[in-house]
Amino acid sequence: MIHTARMKEREDGPFYPGDASDLPDDLFEKLDESDRQDNEEITRPSKSYWQDAWARFRKDPLAMIGLCVIVIMAIAAIFGPIFSEYTYDGQNLENGNQPPSGEHWFGTDKFGRDIFVRTLYGARISLLIGFVAAAINMVIGIVYGGISGYFGGRVDMLLMRVVDIMIGVPDLLYIILVMMFLGNSIQSILIALCLTSWIGTARIVRSQVVTLKHQEYALAARSIGSSNLRILFKHLIPNSIGPIIVTVTFLVPSAIFSEAFLSFLGIGIQVPIASWGTLVNDAIPTLFTQPYQMLFPALAISVTMFALNFIGDGLRDALDPRLKK
Amino acid sequence: MGRYIVKRIIAGLITMFVLTTVTFFLMHAIPGGPFSPAEERKVPKQVMEKIEEKYGLNDPIPVQYLNYLKNLAQGDFGLSFKQRDMTVNELIEQGFPVSAKVGSIAIIVALLVGIPLGITSAIKRGKWADWLAMIIATVGISIPSFVLSVLMLFLFAVVLKLLPTFGLTTWQHYILPVAGLSFGPIAYIARLMRSSMLEVMRYDYIRTARAKGVHELKVICKHALKNAIIPIVTYLGPLVAILLTGSFVIERIFSIPGIGRDFVTGISDRDYSVILGMTVFFGAFIVVANIIVDVLYAVIDRRVKMDE
Repeated sequence: MIHTARMKEREDGPFYPGDASDLPDDLFEKLDESDRQDNEEITRPSKSYWQDAWARFRKDPLAMIGLCVIVIMAIAAIFGPIFSEYTYDGQNLENGNQPPSGEHWFGTDKFGRDIFVRTLYGARISLLIGFVAAAINMVIGIVYGGISGYFGGRVDMLLMRVVDIMIGVPDLLYIILVMMFLGNSIQSILIALCLTSWIGTARIVRSQVVTLKHQEYALAARSIGSSNLRILFKHLIPNSIGPIIVTVTFLVPSAIFSEAFLSFLGIGIQVPIASWGTLVNDAIPTLFTQPYQMLFPALAISVTMFALNFIGDGLRDALDPRLKK
Repeated sequence: MGRYIVKRIIAGLITMFVLTTVTFFLMHAIPGGPFSPAEERKVPKQVMEKIEEKYGLNDPIPVQYLNYLKNLAQGDFGLSFKQRDMTVNELIEQGFPVSAKVGSIAIIVALLVGIPLGITSAIKRGKWADWLAMIIATVGISIPSFVLSVLMLFLFAVVLKLLPTFGLTTWQHYILPVAGLSFGPIAYIARLMRSSMLEVMRYDYIRTARAKGVHELKVICKHALKNAIIPIVTYLGPLVAILLTGSFVIERIFSIPGIGRDFVTGISDRDYSVILGMTVFFGAFIVVANIIVDVLYAVIDRRVKMDE
């Protein structure tokens, strides 16, 4: 009920509470409209979680620069090689070890292959591996961690023991072994990365689900007969999406790093396909004579890693403000 | 306390068993035996049988597996397939001291640089010192160690000609590999130290110390540091693992005769027994390091519940 009148202050002393019907009408004064209680109504349009997050993300200059760099790099990686007259494996031995010029922007390697085009191909492979591996790991991590956290008890115990066993050893060791077994290709790298990298996501999802599953809305969903899977995937996971996305964002640079690391060791991408790791590795013997061969791929990895880490930091601050330093 | 340690040791043994089993069967499932190039060269059948007998390859796989576990329990990692008359034990005995030396210098450098960097950054929050420290930290976290090492090799050895490039003969030879190994950890430690220091500085007991008139330097070094440094201890376990995998590339770039390089050579030579033996050794090393660090952590921080 909205009160449209209130009691006048009595000049002749304090007000004594009693039955309202005893009070004469002149004790009351009419309120003007500005005093109505509904002036507390929210006037601005309400913002969704994502709009709010985007507003915060947009204010972070480093994160925005990172986003622009990745978008530009992705466009260059997808369309760049189409417009070049050179291909990543086109050899021209007479034109080997050329320094950067108008003809070959980043120079050529010892087989006369254009390093600019090879670096763009490296971007294709790195970005592809980074984003695909992160997406697959997110799915595995959500399902594994969600089931472990939601069902708890023996299931949780069993699943978490498996995780404990796996994190006892650095994941690069497992990845190297699987790569030796599967051979050098993009698919094997993705499989190898997906065997271990979901563990971080799974643990985050589990801890989120464990804290959320006793909330009232989960109980409400259960009381109207929602199935376990529905509660888990329609209610609990969407409510923990912030921390999940933050964890997954950092999986992208770590996948790109692992690919470059493996390719650098010679068990990643197969020749003649170029990856940033193989390009840096190929350039080591000629470091003293043709340093530019190493410089451009090294710069490409570094810039990408910077950009992705900045985006990750920005997303963390935007989606999960509690973690903000 | 005793129960906690026993629990951790049992968990470590299970991890080691799984790692050994997975590695053993993966290495034996790779198509083409370790001596398949010899088959192409038409080695007489008898010679091949002799070779297989020497390496125990003529038994069925499960028997080989049990034999391997039995030898492993006695500390025998087996023979190298490719390096004649070398056992994996000999490779480890030769390479491990070298790697351990470079690695332990890297740990010390990482702690000695990373911790003060993080503290400075926290105390001078928002000032230029903080910015500088955080720029260094971002560089260290973003750029992979092998890229950084190759860039440093180029800058200091090729352009400026200040430092030697390959090998480990004088103390100058250690500078670049140690820098390459410890840059990432320095960055991580600095970030960790900064956030933990900022948190501790907000506690009441720090305000009490200041109110008593304790000198600011003493507040930081004596009161705050004691609690702020605890998270760094938890990072020591992962740090050992990072240095180990880092040594694969660093020892390759700087031609250091350590186990990291032997492992990578084993990979490119497809020397399955070396890969198997070294993986088991690395795994055991990391597992032991993690147990020590966890127990150390529980001893230092009384707030950690041992029964967890």
